Amino acid sequence: MPARIVVLGGGVGGTLAANLLQKELGREATVTVVDGTGMHIYQPGFLYVALDQANALWLARDERTLLRKGVELVIEHATKIDPTRQTVELARGGTLPYDYLVLATGSRLDRDAIPGYGDTHDFYSFEGALRLREELRRFKGGRILVGVAGIPYKCPPAPVEFVLMLEEYLRRRGIRENSSVTLLSPLNRAFTIESASKLVQPIFDKQRIGLSTFFNVESVNTAKHTVSSLEGETAEYDLLVLVPPHRGAAVIETSGLGDEGGWVPADRNTLQHKSFERILALGDATDLPISKSGSTAHFEAPVVASRIASFVRGTAPKTAYGGRVMCFLETGGGRATSLRFDYTHPPIPPKPSRLWHWAKWAFNRAYWVTVPQGRIG
Amino acid sequence: MTLTLARTLDCKGLSCPMPIVKTAQALRQLAPGDLIEVLATDPGSIKDFAAWSKMTGNELVEAGQDGVVFRFLLKKKG
Repeated sequence: MPARIVVLGGGVGGTLAANLLQKELGREATVTVVDGTGMHIYQPGFLYVALDQANALWLARDERTLLRKGVELVIEHATKIDPTRQTVELARGGTLPYDYLVLATGSRLDRDAIPGYGDTHDFYSFEGALRLREELRRFKGGRILVGVAGIPYKCPPAPVEFVLMLEEYLRRRGIRENSSVTLLSPLNRAFTIESASKLVQPIFDKQRIGLSTFFNVESVNTAKHTVSSLEGETAEYDLLVLVPPHRGAAVIETSGLGDEGGWVPADRNTLQHKSFERILALGDATDLPISKSGSTAHFEAPVVASRIASFVRGTAPKTAYGGRVMCFLETGGGRATSLRFDYTHPPIPPKPSRLWHWAKWAFNRAYWVTVPQGRIG
Repeated sequence: MTLTLARTLDCKGLSCPMPIVKTAQALRQLAPGDLIEVLATDPGSIKDFAAWSKMTGNELVEAGQDGVVFRFLLKKKG
């Protein structure tokens, strides 16, 4: 009997893992992807949509079109996982049994975790990016604060990229002179990675972008237009853009498979659940202390697929995850840099250049026909 | 006046800026003058705690290292 492999989540990690498993195992396994929406969203695009640089249409595709023919797609929410009986319960009452389970459930935005969050803007969801785009189109100048409302969050460089690109946007619109842009940083520098921070700081200085250090958002008062930090400071704004707090998926929490934040405790090299060896996790879903990003999921998926293929065949696993992440960081003015690192090697970012900006665009454009299919690794 | 250690916060394995954020959250629940001990493994935390203490006014009483674990003793400002 073929091995039953169930993949929860049709994002970059889930889709790639499912395709690689089907390709590798063929008739030795059945591969089923369970996804609540059946739509695959390219989340790095939110940034460009919010800043009116891209149409929202290219961000979403039908998940079916990205999966290999042999992969089954179930468009339904998974409501509960029973790791002892090895089953997944579905929202409409069905049950899927599995021999191996891949948790590619990503993260969800938990705006309620911040008192007073209300209708504060963000560029971390489809709706958020579109709403922010409209708000920015109407914006006539004022104090703009950009901050982080919870850690961990997806794509750590995104707030830095956003302020740099926003500054440029305001100049293009001719409202830069009557606006101020300030990044509220959780640390004493613009970005967690020190080498990248050093690279970005001169650009902040040159473009007169403010940096408010050690500002960990605790609450918002949308009526008074103020935001307060855990450190005890309060700042006033005309436009506030926050990265909403993140949590692991609801199904992880209701099944008791996650930690206090809903993240899956996973082995940093094998990506196996620390208590259940037939469950593997990747991407945002894990509790690993590395970036939550599509790139992480992209590099983890081949490890997950290869290890499960070894289990199915009873052979020794050939690969392990070393913490590899690669991302681009837009620095404004049509320039970008790149960050490449792993568990043991911090990144050494190259000087921002047009080359990396175009590389990022080429990647964005080529994503749909390369990454989910495993054509670039 | 005797100082009591009000809480020990285990931030081992967390990468920056998690130890700072967790500490800021934990301090919220302590009384002025209370001590909190923070254990972390992120090498960046040495600089981060020194800078954080300077900016927030919560005194960094002690910063030490035991093998791969960094230990910080902070006093909530009163």
